[in-house]
Amino acid sequence: MPAELRDAPLTLPRSRAIVLPAFLRRLPSRLLIVAAFLVMLAPVVTVMTTSVFRDEIISFPPSGLTLDWYVNAWERREFARGFVTSLQVAALATCIGVPLGTAAAYAIVRGGLPGASAMSTLLLAPLAVPAVVAGTALYMFYLRAEFWLDRDIAATLESLVAAHVLLTIPWTVRLVTASLQGLDRAAEEAAANLGARPLTVFRRVTLPAMRSGIIAACLFSFIQSFENLELSLLLVGPGRTTLPVAMLNYLEFRVDPTLAAVATVQILLVAVLMLVTDRFVSIARTV
Amino acid sequence: MGSLVLEALAKRYGTSVAVQRVDLDVRQGEMVALLGPSGCGKTTTQRMVAGFVAPSAGRVLIGGVDVTQAPPHGRDTGMVFQSYALFPHMTVAANVAFGLEMRRVGRAERDTRVREALRMVRLDGLEDRLPRQLSGGQQQRVALARALVVNPAVFLLDEPLSNLDAKLRGEVRLEIRALQQRLGLTTLIVTHDQEEALTMADRLVVMDRGKVRQVGTAEELYERPANPFVAGFVGQCNLVEGAMEGTGMFRAASGALLPCAATPVPPGRHVLALRPERIEVTPAADGSARLRTATYLGPLTEYHLDLDGTPLLAIRPTPTAGEPLRRLSSGDAVTVSWDASAARLLSAAQPEELEP
Repeated sequence: MPAELRDAPLTLPRSRAIVLPAFLRRLPSRLLIVAAFLVMLAPVVTVMTTSVFRDEIISFPPSGLTLDWYVNAWERREFARGFVTSLQVAALATCIGVPLGTAAAYAIVRGGLPGASAMSTLLLAPLAVPAVVAGTALYMFYLRAEFWLDRDIAATLESLVAAHVLLTIPWTVRLVTASLQGLDRAAEEAAANLGARPLTVFRRVTLPAMRSGIIAACLFSFIQSFENLELSLLLVGPGRTTLPVAMLNYLEFRVDPTLAAVATVQILLVAVLMLVTDRFVSIARTV
Repeated sequence: MGSLVLEALAKRYGTSVAVQRVDLDVRQGEMVALLGPSGCGKTTTQRMVAGFVAPSAGRVLIGGVDVTQAPPHGRDTGMVFQSYALFPHMTVAANVAFGLEMRRVGRAERDTRVREALRMVRLDGLEDRLPRQLSGGQQQRVALARALVVNPAVFLLDEPLSNLDAKLRGEVRLEIRALQQRLGLTTLIVTHDQEEALTMADRLVVMDRGKVRQVGTAEELYERPANPFVAGFVGQCNLVEGAMEGTGMFRAASGALLPCAATPVPPGRHVLALRPERIEVTPAADGSARLRTATYLGPLTEYHLDLDGTPLLAIRPTPTAGEPLRRLSSGDAVTVSWDASAARLLSAAQPEELEP
């Protein structure tokens, strides 16, 4: 339907209805879009700008600009160590969670299992549980397990990674399921009909269809884990603090733009990851 | 290349029967259509030939070899799917080359055969496109080339024209038929469209509720239907229930008398099958039939008539301006007549068979 027709009033109450010019009629929706972007970007922009303000107490306008806070963040080893721990945990959780979630998604869509939809709901459940609650529950569970198994579990890297795997699975299941559902089942049958054995069908037809979903799942899993604060709170151990937890600890004693500097680095890393991923798969089309 | 034989093929899912029994012998180079309403078992039958559905009973033989237990990749069939089922991430050339690759055909020969196959379906020059960059008709031709490039023993077509628009459908129908005849392909096509089946296939298998109702050429099915279902499904047909009364007359359940020359008369209740184009309509004030409505169809006109409570459909060439038939209007009396040998007497069907 052409724009003129769509926007035309259905009934004309008076013979001389006022017809606004096109740009005025579209103005409200355009303003709304701009406003939405401003609201979304405001915290990011605020954090990034304050990280270069000289004043310790944030004030506007700043008395000057400086990169000292970045130097301070670098010199405080807990941030560097937290950064490395977070990278480690996120990478490990992604490497474990994405294959598990992918296998689950494949079973749900192609397995022909009874209760497949119930299973998919169950696998999405971690999204619905507040992370603090999940973290607390896991902590209690780990303590129990320590008692029964008589070995260290809570506050180990392994248990932290296991917890973060829970963050990655719902995203993976959702994204990979969606990409698999986009594949015509007949394409797999066509491959078999042309002489491909089941494993070849999977490798040549099914897997490529899941590819964009899997790549997107890796990205989102990594980001979810890398930025997670609440789930990790009770699960980190001495010397194995993740970056968000290290930031919270710092905040308990001092409030200065050092945190803004750390957050800026974090934001930039995520932004770079998204841009790189977008080169391989169109995120807007996959998610 | 080879023949295709189905022996007492059946498929049951628990207690429900998808295919009760199909016996069929498709000769080398012959095109046979499985025709029937949705749910008649035609698709299940074809999928048993391709190996996607395991039969509950019976055998499938391709080129004389029993392949009933063989997996899909172990059968030499080339299938064109209703949705085309192209590999979305592969180019046109890679799609067509897939089957050759699976057969370990060398690169040079593969390239030549892919090029030939694409030329055959008039898609040369589109080798590097992705399926989503093609029109529906082009995608369908890729699917054809992909199935044919491997020289399958049996060519399977599943509703190949249903996703094309009406104009294209007519063209593609002729193209596929020409290709099939030129290459001498043993072909099994599934369709619910009788026109498609009548124009493309050498023989048709009319199926209903998992059973084969009749096997024959288009002419055999149309002129000599074996039962009321086939008479009603292939072309239009007046089906009147009743019984023979004396020689040459059929008494309809409504009481109307219809001439019928069928001999010898099989015992039991009967259905009179009469093609609408065999009925002559003449305006007559003392006629026993009445015109309910006349529908103008261009070259033909449909006359919906009532003969003593029995509805009849007649199709005549549209009368020219001077003819008396032209002045006929609803409610007018007419006489109807037909060659008594045009009315076929069929054994009364089970009630279920009368439903379309």
